[in-house]
Amino acid sequence: MKETDWRFRVAHREAWIGLGLALFNFIWWFAFAYGLGNRPVEEYTYIFGLPDWFFYSCIVGFLVMVVLVTVVVKFFFVDVPFDEEQEEGR
Amino acid sequence: MNYSVLIPMIVFLIIIFFIGYWSSKKLAGSSNFISDYFLGGRELGGFVLAMTMVATYGSASSFLGGPGTAYTMGFGWVLLAMTQVVTGYFVLMILGKKYAIMARRYNAVTMIDFLKARYNSTAVVLLSALSIIIFLFSAMAAQWIGGARLIESLTGLSYQSALFLFAISVLVYVTIGGFRAVALTDAVQGAVMLIGTLILLIAVIISGGGISNIMQDLINENPNLVTPYGAEGNLSAAYVSSFWILVGVGVVGLPQIAVRAMSYKNARSMHRALIIGTIVTGFIMLNMHLIGVFARPILPGIDVGDKVIPLIALETLPPWVAGIVLAAPMAAIMSTVDSLLLLVSSSIVKDVYLNYVKPDASLKTIKRMSFGVTGILGVIVFLLALDPPDLLIFLNLFAFGGLEAAFIWPIVLGLYWKWGNKYGAIASMGTGIASYIALHFYNIANGNLFGVHTVTLPVVLSLIAFIAFSLLIKRQAYDYNAILYRNEKQA
Repeated sequence: MKETDWRFRVAHREAWIGLGLALFNFIWWFAFAYGLGNRPVEEYTYIFGLPDWFFYSCIVGFLVMVVLVTVVVKFFFVDVPFDEEQEEGR
Repeated sequence: MNYSVLIPMIVFLIIIFFIGYWSSKKLAGSSNFISDYFLGGRELGGFVLAMTMVATYGSASSFLGGPGTAYTMGFGWVLLAMTQVVTGYFVLMILGKKYAIMARRYNAVTMIDFLKARYNSTAVVLLSALSIIIFLFSAMAAQWIGGARLIESLTGLSYQSALFLFAISVLVYVTIGGFRAVALTDAVQGAVMLIGTLILLIAVIISGGGISNIMQDLINENPNLVTPYGAEGNLSAAYVSSFWILVGVGVVGLPQIAVRAMSYKNARSMHRALIIGTIVTGFIMLNMHLIGVFARPILPGIDVGDKVIPLIALETLPPWVAGIVLAAPMAAIMSTVDSLLLLVSSSIVKDVYLNYVKPDASLKTIKRMSFGVTGILGVIVFLLALDPPDLLIFLNLFAFGGLEAAFIWPIVLGLYWKWGNKYGAIASMGTGIASYIALHFYNIANGNLFGVHTVTLPVVLSLIAFIAFSLLIKRQAYDYNAILYRNEKQA
């Protein structure tokens, strides 16, 4: 029995990162939307004309995710070959 | 007829045809017809990959149904739509490199190829082919209806003629170009969507007198429109959150998306696609649904949700710009339809016919079958769409949820959990589909169980079934490298 393909370890780690990002995304989205959004409408403040809960949850939340995904991909994702040929030379 | 709107749209369609034709030239010189026709030969780059995923995913519901519901529901529905940002990175990260590597090892061209090789089971293959054919049929019908409605509202043609026009345009280039044509035109269509939605959003904001002004109008009409709870206050946090499964993470289980995750050239394409996909998905969803809400004070009293976007575009933009902008939903619908059509026909030709009916079919027969089946499917969907049910978005979501419940665990756990076996996969698909259909009718009759969307419970049940049956019946660890030894022996 060969040991686990090194590329699988990379793949498994990156899948966990994906799960983590999605969880973070959900918490951010939920916390701002329903944390700020359940006040009476009269108490809402408006940022660039949009209700504050929506601005933080959806607009800032979206931008934060774009930055996070970019950082994660640039610094934590590893370039691996997909074909087996390169593998056999190792 | 409104020619200044129609001409830009027609020009757009011609460009799309040209791309389809050009790819078919490439196809003619190809040495591996199956891999090229159904997968584009695994050489998509980052930008095309991201765009084809967004375009396949962004359908009539994101461009017509979704904004139409946002128009009725207010900001609560925009919040719901933004759960889709996660699809931009989640699908590619979860299936990711392991899927790409295993698909190559298995020499898999469709998602079913992957399942077939992983579970080594005829029942798994037939069950998946069947659910793809059944569920994607309803998805396709929904898209065709959307496309025909759009043409209808633009041209004033009757619904039947509009549908006919739409069917012809789609069929011609799917049958000639295959996956590469679909992926390439997706990239063009994705770019059109991106620019089109931005132009329309700006036009709507200007015509409404600025965002603050629009907001004031909304509050004056009904303060609930600016809360996360919907116009009637009936969008609960649990219900909206359950869309994280339906249109967010569950998308991993959609065959039309999963097949794209095995089509890219290398890890660098995938990395680029992750970033581009996240940006483009979020941007399009945010824009389109905001347009829906902002349209309300400008054009009150629209009662058919699907017509909000066409009407607001015609209202706020000069006609020829409206033509270009409305090419965006047209593009979204067409690109979804082509991929679905191709997928259903690949299930029939490749997964059923080639696997079980005639494994030694000649290349010529395969080619003729692929074109023929694609064409016949188109005609059947056309006939179904002639007398369509009214609620586009829910028809579409029905197919979504059913496929997700069926496939999410056999794919994801098949990749990462070595104890997963065919008994788990069969149980998981059966449980997912059966409980989805049962719950769908229960929820229609009694209101949503636990206040969440229909998809939630079946996804949980199919997970339990997958784990339980894999561990209980013939438990055996799967060796992901076994196929390599087999290949080496043969060589």
